[in-house]
Amino acid sequence: MKAEEYLLIVVAMGLVTYVPRWLPLVVLNRNPMPEWLSRWLDLIPAAILGALLFPAIFTAGTPRQLVLLHPASIAAIPALLIAIRTRSLGLTAVVGMAVYWLLQNWPPNWLFGR
Amino acid sequence: MNTTIQKASSRNTVSAIRIGMTAALPICLGYLPIGVAFGVLAQKAGLSVLQIGLMSLMVFAGSAQFIAVSMMQDAAAAFSIIATTFIINLRHLLMSSSLAAVMKPVGLGRLSLFCYGITDESFALNHPRFVSGDWDIRSALALNHTANAAWVLSTVAGGFGGRFIPDKAFGMDYAMTAMFICLLVYQMRGKWYVLTALVAGIAATGMSLWFEGNMHVIAASVLAATVGYILQGRSMRKKALQRADTGADGAGES
Repeated sequence: MKAEEYLLIVVAMGLVTYVPRWLPLVVLNRNPMPEWLSRWLDLIPAAILGALLFPAIFTAGTPRQLVLLHPASIAAIPALLIAIRTRSLGLTAVVGMAVYWLLQNWPPNWLFGR
Repeated sequence: MNTTIQKASSRNTVSAIRIGMTAALPICLGYLPIGVAFGVLAQKAGLSVLQIGLMSLMVFAGSAQFIAVSMMQDAAAAFSIIATTFIINLRHLLMSSSLAAVMKPVGLGRLSLFCYGITDESFALNHPRFVSGDWDIRSALALNHTANAAWVLSTVAGGFGGRFIPDKAFGMDYAMTAMFICLLVYQMRGKWYVLTALVAGIAATGMSLWFEGNMHVIAASVLAATVGYILQGRSMRKKALQRADTGADGAGES
């Protein structure tokens, strides 16, 4: 790929990424929002996080396949408990990473059946 | 609630920025392994360190960058790379709208600068803080741009010497997932949020098995928020009817 072509692609990629990040906020920040819209948007963060998280812990591979029991899903349990109890982002990340790492390197046979 | 709002705006700029930067640290931790992995991959695909840094700076979106580089490797047409990027990042449209519902009016310049840094991660951190009232645009800007700097630097570092770093060291590849778990807990402000997250999660998992890419995020989110919205509306109307029936007795509740 030529350097100019790369530059063009990257600038266009930046543009098509930036506009959807910019337009709604700029339009909606200045104007009063109808009640129904703000009530719907209030549920969006929970929805997005659910939609990001579940496939990350319950699927694996390319093409993706459903995997209910593997390190990513098991490590989510202690991470969830810590998150509910402490509400600490750092602690949740550290505990999740540690459990995930242990399960990956020393997978318990009784759990994953291998 | 009024006192917390005053607290955020009465903060001086230096401490508002410091609070934002501190809040960004978990994101930086999560970006490090992903950014380095991206840098290594892009470098192997034939991109220079300058080109890697430029893409991170211009696009600032992890999954879209990974996919773009693999498409470049397959010599995909420029148009299809750009169109794919657009579709993958369209989910930020929902995040931007959702932030608008909780942010006070801000000048166009600072707002535009803030929008540049809207990612899955910064959105999930900024949103509950804006809801709490103990947050303002200065802290949010600091958070976004600290995370952005961490992303650019870690991708560049990966381009330079990432080959020497084991890519799955200490479960670093799980940092983002664990973070999302905690950020989801922040959003659980009542039963309708739990229901919406569950519907979104199950729908997204199902859809992700059928479709490649990550359109499932936007489709499942819109579906789940709409389901939650309708059910919540029904229950609100039911409660209003009950209240009307029982008269003034139940009026003081909820």
